[in-house]
Amino acid sequence: MLKTFLSIFFLSLFPLISFAADEPSINGANTAWILTSTALVLFMTLPGLALFYGGLVKSRNVLSILMQCFAIAGIASIFWLVVGYSLAFSGDGAFVGNFSKMMFNGVTEGSVSGDIPESLFALFQMTFAVITPALIIGGFAERIKFSSVLLFTILWLAFVYAPITHWVWGGGWLQEMGLLDFAGGTVVHITAGVAALVTAIMIGPRKSFVRGNTAPHNMTMTITGAGMLWVGWFGFNGGSALAANGDAAMAMLVTHISAATGAITWMCYEWKKYGKPTALGSVTGMVAGLGTITPASGFVGPAGALVIGFLAGVVCFNATLLIKQKFKIDDSLDVFPVHGVGGMLGTFLAGIFASTQLGLFSGQGFADGIESMGAQIGVQLVGIISTFIYTAIATYLIFKVVGMITNGVRVSDDEESQGLDLVDHNERGYEI
Amino acid sequence: MKLITAIIKPFKLDDVRESLSEIGIYGLTVTEVKGFGRQKGHTELYRGAEYVVDFLPKVKIETAVDDERLDDAVEAIIKAANTDKIGDGKIFVTNIEQTIRIRTGETGPDAL
Repeated sequence: MLKTFLSIFFLSLFPLISFAADEPSINGANTAWILTSTALVLFMTLPGLALFYGGLVKSRNVLSILMQCFAIAGIASIFWLVVGYSLAFSGDGAFVGNFSKMMFNGVTEGSVSGDIPESLFALFQMTFAVITPALIIGGFAERIKFSSVLLFTILWLAFVYAPITHWVWGGGWLQEMGLLDFAGGTVVHITAGVAALVTAIMIGPRKSFVRGNTAPHNMTMTITGAGMLWVGWFGFNGGSALAANGDAAMAMLVTHISAATGAITWMCYEWKKYGKPTALGSVTGMVAGLGTITPASGFVGPAGALVIGFLAGVVCFNATLLIKQKFKIDDSLDVFPVHGVGGMLGTFLAGIFASTQLGLFSGQGFADGIESMGAQIGVQLVGIISTFIYTAIATYLIFKVVGMITNGVRVSDDEESQGLDLVDHNERGYEI
Repeated sequence: MKLITAIIKPFKLDDVRESLSEIGIYGLTVTEVKGFGRQKGHTELYRGAEYVVDFLPKVKIETAVDDERLDDAVEAIIKAANTDKIGDGKIFVTNIEQTIRIRTGETGPDAL
């Protein structure tokens, strides 16, 4: 009798002994997946985007692209540590965070964000802060001063990227409103696309653009980079679930479907319109599909992704021709028509395909508190338009300031002919 | 001594080389060049931007021959490089002032 009582007594103490301190706990599986995703997203920039962009410029400028990607990775990372993470993810402000997490203050081995380590969450977000300015370099490629790129990156992250991240993911006003942006349609793609467009217009066209000979110098390099982007994007969208679960799996699935559909759509469109399917067209369609699904990836289903990928191919294809041929804007690596337009399209379509009333094409439902597709689309439009306008104005002002400090943002005519690799870096990409 | 310079279509290089060695001419210098005469270029397309490629890849062959062998050599090149289509190329014959073999210092036709 006593023995039984004592056993039960001591057994019942177990819970108290094991959880003596009330510490938040880490989910190992989620942490493992986000650790992996972080690496995948960094891989997208280094060397995915670097190679993708590098092959598209002239051989005398290839190093300038690779260099800018690596330099931005370094600068953006340091910036994120010093103040970026804090401005994006701290405080209760509607428009921007505060300085409470400067230098990752309070981010210790034990701190937690959700059920993963906060250091990991901050690092995962850091890789997004790296790739976004890296995307922009396509707008002013082959004619920008290196010093201008560095200064622009810091100012742009501070005044555009961090605030908008706060609006959408850091507890700011768009998040409060119920904007659906799973992995960065607004935060990454609209901002980068608009910034590229604005800076491309401000810096003026390349001489080669005016002359009509801006052909890529190494398509094999570009296709290699494209493959890395497709794979890396699994971390970009899949990791944005911040968990290793059904949400992440579905996000990865719809991402893949949109990539495949975007690629085939662009390929066929080009085949029909110009007579031959091209490698560049196929991978551009793939990127369009990926950029477009990004905001919707956590909210839509596979059949919806098929439609999204298809529309991405068609719309971004025509947007590219419009910018290049009709408006004759030298957004050199087509950042706006692919990422900007794709981001806007995807953010809009998220409002449609999140619906649970579309039969086979249904998604996972609207934001909390939003009941109708009309209301969700309304919120999506607010997100798109506010991001577009704020980014455009802020980028314009920042680029102007950069120009004043670096004595102009553009290299001279002679330097442009010589090539940035020699002029900015005293190096050659190739010794033949 | 004469210098024969022939601009030919790249895929004809092997045929021309064989044709010349059949008549005992073994020394050649080959350069990859670009150019055009009457042959039109082609158009390439990159994301909706068209590029007319005017310059066509060609191969330039240079060989130095004795005056007596000139006609045979020219005929051998023509026979091998001809495809009866525009863009087959041209042959230029120029006079050589002097030829010297670097290793031995021999000059004149002996150096060919």
